[in-house]
Amino acid sequence: MNTLLNKKKEPIDKLAATSAKGHSLGGEAVRRMLRSPVAITGGVITLLFLLLAILAPFIAPKDPYERYLQSEVILGQGIIPGAQAGFPLGVDDFGRDYLSRLLVGAQNTLLVGVLATIIGVVVGMIIGGLAGAFGGWVDTVLMRLVDVMLSVPSLLLAISVAALFQKPSQWTVIVAVSMVGVPIFARLLRGSMLAQRNSDHVLAATSLGVKRGAIVLRHMLPNSLGPVIVQATLTLATAILEAAALSFLGLGDPDPNRAEWGIMLSRSARQFLDIRPELAYYPAIAIIIVALGFTLLGESLREALDPKNRR
Amino acid sequence: MLRFLVRRLLQAIPTLLILSILIFAWLRSLPGGPAGALLGDKATPEKIADLNKLLGLDDPIFVQYFKFLGRAITGDFGNSLVSAQPVMSEIGNFLPATIELGFCAMLIAVGLGIPFGYLSARFRGGAVDNVIIVLSLVGVAVPVFFLGYMMQDALAAPLGLPSQGRQMAGLDATTVTGFAVFDGIITQEWDAAWDAITHLILPAFALATIPLAVIVRITRASVLDVLNEDFIRTANSKGLTQPIVRRRHVLRNGLLPVVTVIGLQTGALLGGAVLTERVFNFRGLGFLLAEGIERRDYPRLQALLLFGALVYVLVNTLVDISYGLIDPRVRVR
Repeated sequence: MNTLLNKKKEPIDKLAATSAKGHSLGGEAVRRMLRSPVAITGGVITLLFLLLAILAPFIAPKDPYERYLQSEVILGQGIIPGAQAGFPLGVDDFGRDYLSRLLVGAQNTLLVGVLATIIGVVVGMIIGGLAGAFGGWVDTVLMRLVDVMLSVPSLLLAISVAALFQKPSQWTVIVAVSMVGVPIFARLLRGSMLAQRNSDHVLAATSLGVKRGAIVLRHMLPNSLGPVIVQATLTLATAILEAAALSFLGLGDPDPNRAEWGIMLSRSARQFLDIRPELAYYPAIAIIIVALGFTLLGESLREALDPKNRR
Repeated sequence: MLRFLVRRLLQAIPTLLILSILIFAWLRSLPGGPAGALLGDKATPEKIADLNKLLGLDDPIFVQYFKFLGRAITGDFGNSLVSAQPVMSEIGNFLPATIELGFCAMLIAVGLGIPFGYLSARFRGGAVDNVIIVLSLVGVAVPVFFLGYMMQDALAAPLGLPSQGRQMAGLDATTVTGFAVFDGIITQEWDAAWDAITHLILPAFALATIPLAVIVRITRASVLDVLNEDFIRTANSKGLTQPIVRRRHVLRNGLLPVVTVIGLQTGALLGGAVLTERVFNFRGLGFLLAEGIERRDYPRLQALLLFGALVYVLVNTLVDISYGLIDPRVRVR
């Protein structure tokens, strides 16, 4: 009895470390991903995009907010000057360098996607974690709420949240898009928490007298992170697309100054498709590639982390 | 079986009730309240107070909620601020267009999605599989409204298809049910029916891309799962011919998850329809919603959003029920 009581003060992970080392799921997943062309394509696209987002202010050849060829833009007659020396991708309707705006746009687009995803993950994990950890009526109430959120199609949910705000801005877009992820993450975390409740390692920790909070935080949460990371990667892709859709519907940031791909795409697609279709193509292609990159990465992560594929 | 059906339907009710509370709360939380939204620029504190009294907004909150609920159940959501018509009659007028469009889109998505997904799984790792996978991944990554514009730009003229609206200008078709193709057929106005069909093609394909891509992927994954099952090995080893194994065992079991996804995607179409109908000027519920957003028409928005959620909940309930019909194991719980 005495020895047991002493043992419980030691972290259970240390006990686990004394046993023979097997192949970890994570290590195996990494090895599998390095062999998969899908994972490598997704990873390379994602890395390039991240790099672009970080370096954008330094590699943008011109100031993305400066109006250069303003005198040559005659909107009434549908004239926007095309590509020329110094402006390889042309300029927009304010005469601003499109290449620089696309580069800086990578940063703002990533910001919208990442922030929306983070808010979705955090709120969803709190809801799902509480429901999974406590069970009982807490679980019932929270899950009913999640059911309601899930009972509205994702874009309609984003629209209704965005419509709540009187003045659209970048933040209303981020909040609206993040709400789409909340019920998904809540469900995900609750599901895996419940699955682990009666699992051997949780039972072992419980019988060693580890406190409930510590079990949830140290044993149940880390084991639930895999699916959450996969879902977050996929959510990033849809968040960028949904933010673009909100802009298109007039619920996005109305500031025409903001260099963000969704805003650039929806403005150009609505107004300049007849005059300069390229102005819509460039941001559209950029969005497609980035969404594709995150989707590929997420799908291959899912595949790699699936215990069914373990050998 | 009947008990299962009744229980499933009853379970949808609390979800809808909570939803009605949220939408009610949403309506009340609007800046200036509905009165402020109705009056717009002309709002003064006295006018708002008067209108609040008229609208019953000075009652206690729970009284207001039950009044709202009572009216909502009978289908009264007030008048649209844009058209001054009752919102519900607007929805009634625009609904057939969206049903027509959504039905065609799902027809395309299911009709192409299941065979492509199945082919992809059967030739796993081959060239066909890779092409299908890449296309389905790209399909999800393309912004729907951009795809719509691309189709208008690149396909409409070469294929001789109209890219705007539901009906050719000047064509005076008789309206009976509101379903343009159907109306053309029953009134034997073949020109009108054909015109309606040509107007549907591009928007239906644009709207179908995402469900199509999703159905392809789910079908593929599910068929692959089934192929690994023991009963397939049993079927093969007892000497059944390949076509019989495929039809009776692989497809039948492989389509179960696909049914769920078809249901979910049907509900999600309402979201995609907002974008597609806006791009193609296709006057359905999505168009109504997009216009409602632009004009901040709150009575219309709340009715459409509740309506969309209602359809979604009903579709999902139907899916669960059909799941119970296909797979008896689901009924037990």
